[in-house]
Amino acid sequence: MAIPTGAVVVALALFGLFCAFQGKNPFAVFAAINKAAFGSWYSFQNTLVRAAPLMLTALCTALPARLGLVIIGNEGALVVGGLSATAAGLACATAPVAVVISVMTLAGMVGGGLWITVCGALYYQRGVNETISSLLMNYIAIAVLNHLVNGPMRDPSSLNKPSSFPIPDDKMLPAMGDSNVHYGLVFGLVACVIAWALMEHATFGFKVRMIGGNIRAARMSGLPVARLGLITCFLAGAAAGIAGMIEVAAVHGRANESLAAGYGYAGILVAFVARYRGLPIILVATLLGGILASGGILQRQFKLPDATILVFQGLVFLVILFSDSLYGKFKFFKEREA
Amino acid sequence: MMTIPPVVRPAKPFDLELVKVTKRFGSFVANDQISLKVPAGTFHALLGENGAGKSTLVKCIMGFHQAEEGDILVHGHSREINSPYDAYQFGIGMVYQHFTLVPAMTVAENLVLSRPDTPGIINWKDEMARLREFMQTAPFKMDLDTPASELAAGQKQKVEILKQLYLDSKFLILDEPTSVLTPSEADEVLGLIRDKVKAGDLSVLLITHKFREVFGFCDEITVLRRGQFAGHGLVKDLTADDMAAMMMGGQRETKIVPKAVRERGPAGLEIKGLCANKDNGVPALTNLNLTVHEGEVVGIAGVSGNGQRELVEVLAGQRPATGGELVVHGASYHGTRAETAEHGFFLLPEEPLRNACVPQMSVAENIAFRSFDRPPMTRAGCLVSRAAIRSFAQDLITRFSVKTRSPETPIGDLSGGNVQRAVLARELGPGTARVLIAANPCFGLDFAAVESIHGQITEARNRGVAVLLVSEDLDELLALADRLLVISHGEFVYETTPAQADIKTIGHHMAGH
Ligand SMILES: Nc1ncnc2c1ncn2[C@@H]1O[C@H](COP(=O)(O)OP(=O)(O)OP(=O)(O)O)[C@@H](O)[C@H]1O
Ligand SMILES: [Mg+2]
Repeated sequence: MAIPTGAVVVALALFGLFCAFQGKNPFAVFAAINKAAFGSWYSFQNTLVRAAPLMLTALCTALPARLGLVIIGNEGALVVGGLSATAAGLACATAPVAVVISVMTLAGMVGGGLWITVCGALYYQRGVNETISSLLMNYIAIAVLNHLVNGPMRDPSSLNKPSSFPIPDDKMLPAMGDSNVHYGLVFGLVACVIAWALMEHATFGFKVRMIGGNIRAARMSGLPVARLGLITCFLAGAAAGIAGMIEVAAVHGRANESLAAGYGYAGILVAFVARYRGLPIILVATLLGGILASGGILQRQFKLPDATILVFQGLVFLVILFSDSLYGKFKFFKEREA
Repeated sequence: MMTIPPVVRPAKPFDLELVKVTKRFGSFVANDQISLKVPAGTFHALLGENGAGKSTLVKCIMGFHQAEEGDILVHGHSREINSPYDAYQFGIGMVYQHFTLVPAMTVAENLVLSRPDTPGIINWKDEMARLREFMQTAPFKMDLDTPASELAAGQKQKVEILKQLYLDSKFLILDEPTSVLTPSEADEVLGLIRDKVKAGDLSVLLITHKFREVFGFCDEITVLRRGQFAGHGLVKDLTADDMAAMMMGGQRETKIVPKAVRERGPAGLEIKGLCANKDNGVPALTNLNLTVHEGEVVGIAGVSGNGQRELVEVLAGQRPATGGELVVHGASYHGTRAETAEHGFFLLPEEPLRNACVPQMSVAENIAFRSFDRPPMTRAGCLVSRAAIRSFAQDLITRFSVKTRSPETPIGDLSGGNVQRAVLARELGPGTARVLIAANPCFGLDFAAVESIHGQITEARNRGVAVLLVSEDLDELLALADRLLVISHGEFVYETTPAQADIKTIGHHMAGH
């Protein structure tokens, strides 16, 4: 974990420089981010609301990464999951709330899951590069979203922001207790813990790690490589699909372009920083959720543009990728063992 | 006070000396105060059992590892070597056991790009002219325009050596360079290097397990045992037994497992009309037919590159067959996990780290590859029990004397020979094997390990296992096989038994006449 932590620290330093160039005191900015993200129970709730979908979309990159596949179709899987969940939820909107939520979850999982399974199938059947195909499928997903909410699914009363018909208020995913945090957080936490148990402790994860470590050894051991790959892709997409379901069922109440708000892309970053491990994802998603939550403060208090937070995300991305390529080049990284 | 001269790339060989070099990995001492001297213009052999620390020691010379204690003297001056680039500056180069050529590039491109001082923009006309000039004086001829991917193993090894000569290395380290070569190729390559040493152009430090090469080409030896210095001497003063005694520490008894006389059992493995392609889509195997009976070892001899690799890969499920079928114990076989377990269909492939192990997983996990998903390794049906894996592996590690610091060490950190033993432990340890495919199972192993593997294979045969042994070592085949087939251009061209075998005739068929 030394490297990702170091990378985040370096990215913070670079971000401080960036702020300094904008004429802001970087320490004041950091203090404001910290306060806005973790300063009070109220702001921390905000952070958690953002962390929930990040945990789920991070799994979309993290699970296939253990197989050796680099999937970055998180945004697309989230959107398709959200759309499927909306359609399913609207179809059974008269049923009791527990039923509606279950059906929406299931539909989100199947939608997102199949979406990423397509990338897996293209790879295993035709050798199409999974990174490129999953990236391109993000654009297809967003185009499908725009088409549906402007056409077949459109609620005529949604004028300036074309949207689907709404899920009835009383059928939405409620907040926990008297907090502002909705039950989506539970979905996120449970999914990460399941992913951790599955990958680190279950026979399934053992097989996946064999394939990711050396596909030839996996084949020799009689593992059905393509089938395990497709199942993993499905689970990955399903996780992002749940994120889409949560955004609809707990936040927006309907499908519209707000679904593609960047949680998918941010999830890739979370997975990278957490080294694709289930439990660290919870932590990293919470941190990044906090940083996202502080975007408004930066705008209001420091007159920094909205995109400043994206600059920070981008910096972490670059530093992480860069530190990976440096790994092993310096004595510092080498042979530190018991 | 003596001043240390600045580094200039040397124009002729120099003395290289290690003084009390110590290298630790954590608390484990891989090299304990090793001293070694290679005088200029000599051919020096570094011997030792698997895991003795030979590769680690030469990696210290190459700057891959940094020794914690001790000195490396280059031409009498103590030097810090912190990277392979430093080693290059001192005129030291190494040929690794694994190939480092870029497959998609031609021989010429590989040579030019290996130079650390290649300019950012390459003037190919000048470079090619220089290369041609270099090839005039090179010990072996090589077509410069062939892509590296089209070269056979022996040719690749030659290019690796050419690369070092092209880089003008004056001190050449060879880490088991001949394990991928046939004996005649090895003799050719080492002979040409020997000539350069004789001519005063080169010093060589050779790591090998083969006494034949020591007696044929080397002047001096240094022996390591369990990370410690275990002896040194001139080849002309020593016998093979002396060297073996230094390596093992004291005398040892040879234990040869006798082949039990037994009836040939029913068919274990049948290969029916098998066809398969090479990587580039050209047919490698055409309509191959073979039956291996229970309790028999069928040996396959041949020059490397005649379809052996493809055959083993098809059997291992690593390459699709384009035709034909496999039948095991009378039932059609597709290499699924259930089938491998049911039929006890196990393999000892060559290059075990590449074919049969996951380097970053632990030794224990690697040993459990065949059984991690069945009780007693599982809990609650779907969870892997680390404790069960550990105790299962611990037992096999002891029985097969795999030298590892702990069962949790990543298997990629083990020495080459110990990786092979770990795979052997996995495939033969539980005693459930009924069909065994072994491909060059003794590449890179010390003689004690070779003996133990040969013993294991014969024992398996005596137990009634159907064994298919693919090997480039004819002596091994003649010692172990009940029947011998020669493969050439993807077809069996000759069959004999070791009792009737005539080396000349076999050689004739291997050469494809
Ligand atoms: N990077 C590493 N980390 C930890 N241990 C290592 C590492 N490299 C080697 N070792 C250990 O050091 C010991 C010596 O290994 P080395 O590779 O030098 O053996 P070797 O003499 O070359 O054997 P072989 O003939 O099998 O190639 C082994 O026990 C090995 O497990
Ligand atoms: Mg070695």
